[in-house]
Amino acid sequence: MDIKKNPFNFQLDVSDFLPADESEKQSLVVMRESVDFWKDGFRRFKKNKLAMASLIVIIIIMIFAFVGPYFYPYSYEQQIRESENLGIMQYSEEELARIEAGEKVFPHILGTDSLGRDLMVRIMVGSRISLLVGIVASVIILVIGSIYGAIAGYFGGKVDMIMMRIVDIIYTVPDILIIILLSVTLKYPLKDLADNVKAFSWINTVGIGLISIFIVFSLLYWVGMARIVRSQVLTLKEQEYVVAAKALGASHSRIIRKHLLTNSIGTLIVTTTLQIPSSIFTESFLSFLGLGVSAPMPSLGSLASQAIGGIKSYPHRLMAPAVVISLIILSFNLLGDGLRDAFDPRLKD
Amino acid sequence: MFAYIVKRLASAIVTIFLVATLTFFLMHLIPGGPFLAEKAPSPQTLKALQEKYGLDKPVGIQYLNYMKRLISGDLGTSLKKRGQEVNDIIRTKFPVSARIGLLAVIVAVSIGIPMGSIAALNRGKWFDRFLMFISTLGIAIPGFVVSTVLLFFFGVRLRILPTVGLTTPLHYILPVTALSFYPTAYISRLMRSSMLDVLGQDYMRTARAKGLSQFMALFKHALRNAILPVVTYLGPLLAYILTGSFVVEKIFTIPGLGSEFVSSITDRDYPMIMGTTIFLAFLLITMNVIVDIAYKIIDPRIKLK
Repeated sequence: MDIKKNPFNFQLDVSDFLPADESEKQSLVVMRESVDFWKDGFRRFKKNKLAMASLIVIIIIMIFAFVGPYFYPYSYEQQIRESENLGIMQYSEEELARIEAGEKVFPHILGTDSLGRDLMVRIMVGSRISLLVGIVASVIILVIGSIYGAIAGYFGGKVDMIMMRIVDIIYTVPDILIIILLSVTLKYPLKDLADNVKAFSWINTVGIGLISIFIVFSLLYWVGMARIVRSQVLTLKEQEYVVAAKALGASHSRIIRKHLLTNSIGTLIVTTTLQIPSSIFTESFLSFLGLGVSAPMPSLGSLASQAIGGIKSYPHRLMAPAVVISLIILSFNLLGDGLRDAFDPRLKD
Repeated sequence: MFAYIVKRLASAIVTIFLVATLTFFLMHLIPGGPFLAEKAPSPQTLKALQEKYGLDKPVGIQYLNYMKRLISGDLGTSLKKRGQEVNDIIRTKFPVSARIGLLAVIVAVSIGIPMGSIAALNRGKWFDRFLMFISTLGIAIPGFVVSTVLLFFFGVRLRILPTVGLTTPLHYILPVTALSFYPTAYISRLMRSSMLDVLGQDYMRTARAKGLSQFMALFKHALRNAILPVVTYLGPLLAYILTGSFVVEKIFTIPGLGSEFVSSITDRDYPMIMGTTIFLAFLLITMNVIVDIAYKIIDPRIKLK
């Protein structure tokens, strides 16, 4: 023991090399179970109260929009006679007579419009249109943008240059002008297609205006997604596992699908979620100008636009769709921010 | 620098040409013509009208004719407002839209930048939280909602501000507020986050350490660096103002170019659609080039390719 007193002594302390006892072994066992990408992300996401709250709001609005109309006794295009321009919770005279007679009449929660259509159910269906446009358009944008961006980034060189030149050109085209023009133009060929070709008659069921909006948005907005995916792929393709996959003889498409896109999944989710509110925004704007989905199909934008004429007497007709659309966009924005912080912290600015 | 500007201008011309071509063929795909909407003219008059405006020729020929005239700067005559040159319509309508748009940009920048900076300096305090709350709402509420709510409260309920047209300075208050709502919120957020970034930089500590007052350090170093993201936003901002003007001009019945563009599409007024689209595209694209060059002047670190 006295050897230790000399600091310059190189002799090893034998006690350091004794076998570990039981308690020391215990402390080396990893207590935490392994956390994968998803668990880690969700754990962070759940801590974000604002994002959780907006997720709940979105789910409630979805139920309101997709399930609500099935349980609501009126339909969005049904014009109830003698009950035009009813206020909130008002009944028409005919309905009052029926109540007198002992019948049960479902109240018009938000009143009716100038054609006697129940406003509540129109807002439900309008929210459905907004959500559909937001989600479907964003998914189409995700598919086109990620494939295009991944191919450009992965192959690089001339392919990349040509593909990104095309993106640059579409990027500089003033989108809103082309969107307005296209959404008006596309309706007619689509109608022809739906009426004359059997295989496309489903277009009529979904709604021509809706389909043309899907197409227009996806034609113009995929470029942003393509740029983001490309820049991700540019860094990812230098990773060792890509070299390893190549060495093992994986095909290009397999590398793109299984390695590059899978590894940028966080970015993909976040960008898509943030694309949803901006698509909803543009759709409501188009409908407000009277260029979006066509009547009698309601949209939150067209409902607000129709309310302006009677704003003096019926302000609630404007406020109700306005509040719903703002709530939808707000919650998707907050959800997107929350997902970004949880799954893709690098994107945070 | 010079080579860069030439390159950008060349690509701008290509883009405008593409937009013009695309618009031309798209609008001819819309069924119905400019003369069908009103009381249907007799077949003879219709034929004469179509001959007069060259609409009887194949679309390809019409396209070439149009492009020939476009190069010499002639946008043709309106088919709905008979006898009026599209050039003249743009010349009278554009200043109206431009005034509102410019005022909205000035309001957004001159409120957004100080607000964002103050919020960053008071990070976590009540003002910061309050501003973040307001600006989160500001980004989520669509322009048409802001406009109609403003119209309802100030024009209909309180009756303190006029809502139709643009005759007195008072008339500008509501449309400009409506138009600048979103960009003000956006710029404050942008400014706050970039200011926070800059305040944490080493050169800020150096500036204070070498004896610069807090005020001078903020103005000389922090503001100039933090403002860069706002400058890049000016391009998209202009596009937003343009979009917003379609809505604002409709709601406040302002005779501007935005409402002209929208109504020309529903009217199938071919020369008007072409004229307004090309003009607006030209405006947006040139402004973007100018913003890029301004960016270079403000931040010498940026290398233009």
